[in-house]
Amino acid sequence: MFDLLGTKLASRLLLGTAQYPSPAILAEAVKASGTSVVTVSLRREMAGGRAGEQFWSLIRSLGVRVLPNTAGCHSVKEAVTTAKMAREVFDTSWIKLEVIGNHDTLQPDVFGLVEAARILCEDGFSVFPYTTDDVVVAERLLEAGCKVLMPWCAPIGSALGPVNINALRSMRGHFPDVPLIVDAGLGRPSHAATVMELGFDAVLLNTAVAKAADPVGMARAFSKAVDAGREAYGSGLLEPRDVAVPSTPIIGRADFS
Amino acid sequence: MKLIVNGEALEVEATTLAALLKELDYEGGWLATALNGDVVPAAERAEFRVSEGDRIEILSPMQGG
Repeated sequence: MFDLLGTKLASRLLLGTAQYPSPAILAEAVKASGTSVVTVSLRREMAGGRAGEQFWSLIRSLGVRVLPNTAGCHSVKEAVTTAKMAREVFDTSWIKLEVIGNHDTLQPDVFGLVEAARILCEDGFSVFPYTTDDVVVAERLLEAGCKVLMPWCAPIGSALGPVNINALRSMRGHFPDVPLIVDAGLGRPSHAATVMELGFDAVLLNTAVAKAADPVGMARAFSKAVDAGREAYGSGLLEPRDVAVPSTPIIGRADFS
Repeated sequence: MKLIVNGEALEVEATTLAALLKELDYEGGWLATALNGDVVPAAERAEFRVSEGDRIEILSPMQGG
């Protein structure tokens, strides 16, 4: 079991709920992924509209925990207000905090992120900050009260996978006891396996599953990759070597000369 | 009275947030409201007065990543 802020989770894969071809496929993908936590958001509701209710009732029927986000917020004020609204609607103090700093890269505004994190942590939220792989920013987020960090491995939706593996490795080394969840940029199950092999505690993904030709199959594939990477990390990976080392014992070899 | 509701200018009769939701046919426990950028919890809507030009946001659950 994965202990995340005192909550025992069966899976180390967190799944986004956006961009699926249909609500039915979303539901099937969530089940196939084995996830225990899905991310959700808040948007303007039309007068007399029922879209929010239908979506919320679907999510509740899946029996998973929700992690609301502040996606699309570009200022501290927007993010803090959205977080408070999400807490009321979704009845959870968990919040995936996004303060976006750049339209093209969807890069977090790490200065605004730290400020918003401080405000929300003081208000009793469990803040899951969407951040970069910068360890100094990570330190500031922990000082602000965050108990978990969610570094990107590449821009949101890019499917590039871990573009700076040394930074991720360094982050894991700096914060051995902080739950680290790679959020954003994973494109393939092998990317997820790679970051799990580095010792990351979990991954959060959305686009790679939702936009696959078969989201249900891809959800299952990511689930296996996350499990494989985690088990490999716990089993002690062999360090790469520059020279060949025979795997078959030399002793007792026949001599046919 | 003119209000900005979810970015749209509307002429309404309501003078409280709860009355505004009713007038505009919003209902349900899954809605969150904010007035001029600050959250208004559901429990405070009945007492919460709206004034000319106020900006109101009415949000509900959506898919998210």
